[in-house]
Amino acid sequence: MAVDREAQFHVLAVDDSLIDRKLIERLLKTSSYQVTTVDSGSKALELLGLREDQDISSPSSPDKNEIAVNLVITDYCMPGMTGYDLLKKIKGSSSLKDVPVVIMSSENVPSRINRCLEGGAEEFFLKPIQLSDLIRLRPYMLKGKLKEQQPSQHQETNSSTISSCSSNNNSKSNKRKAMDEGLSPEKTRPRFSSSSLALVSYEETA
Amino acid sequence: MSLMALREQLNGLVNSMFLEGLLDDQFEQLQMLQDESSPGFIAELITLFCGDSERILAELTKLLDQAVVDYQKVDAFVHQLKGSSSSVGAQHVKLACVQFRQFCEEHNKEGCLRALNVVKHEYYLLRGKFDTMLQLEQRIQAYESKQQI
Repeated sequence: MAVDREAQFHVLAVDDSLIDRKLIERLLKTSSYQVTTVDSGSKALELLGLREDQDISSPSSPDKNEIAVNLVITDYCMPGMTGYDLLKKIKGSSSLKDVPVVIMSSENVPSRINRCLEGGAEEFFLKPIQLSDLIRLRPYMLKGKLKEQQPSQHQETNSSTISSCSSNNNSKSNKRKAMDEGLSPEKTRPRFSSSSLALVSYEETA
Repeated sequence: MSLMALREQLNGLVNSMFLEGLLDDQFEQLQMLQDESSPGFIAELITLFCGDSERILAELTKLLDQAVVDYQKVDAFVHQLKGSSSSVGAQHVKLACVQFRQFCEEHNKEGCLRALNVVKHEYYLLRGKFDTMLQLEQRIQAYESKQQI
């Protein structure tokens, strides 16, 4: 049985819209990720083992409902806890702060985008999310895995700097994100040896 | 009707919807996401969208019927509908929602009522075509599964 590397990545998707949850689930599964979806930030925190009023999860006695995730992707506009609130809770938690968080929104508001990125979000995607957007998630999940294994080793972050937050809303296809597209993940793919998750080298794909 | 004829009809319908602007690129994304492992994906999403939309339209009608309109609530519903229509590629409905939100912001009741009518019109037009689309798809899929036996 072939080892399916990507099936090991588990994404927690948070969105109050059922349609959007179905959509993100299909997108993620098509990209070979394992997916769990929840409809609120508080449910997300519960699953991650963090109660809203706590900063520290209890690793010694995990709830049976707790899951381990490699990435959280969350909608921004949600009743109760917004995606930003959820981001801050995760980044403020000693046990979860290294979990990469990505924010999605249907609205292109530069101040909102900046706030999220400054709050520790790896990426900010404009909805509707497309398959091509999900390719950008892999480096964050890989980075997370490596950090798990070698916590003392300093990892170069993969996040591109934001030169401008204005996105051309008239553009038909690929410009979905309000971020600098300088780094093109489609051109470089991390390759790793089959016996471990250690990164061997980056290779150019044709 | 033969399988080929059914497929032609479905393709013709979907193409005309793209041409008329009823559907946009996002619907193409949905088509790409539907495959053998998820043959009911589009049907499920469309069905959810229709149920959701009709619920929202009913709420909006009630809210705008009030003497004093709660524009925050109206806007929240329109925002929801805009989001879901955007997610399924329902372009005209989405655009109608954008207009609607403008009137909300201005607290313009007349404008909102007109905008609601436009959204309803666009939605029901789309709904009719979606119904036909799903019926055709069902018949095609039934045919195809028979052929595999």
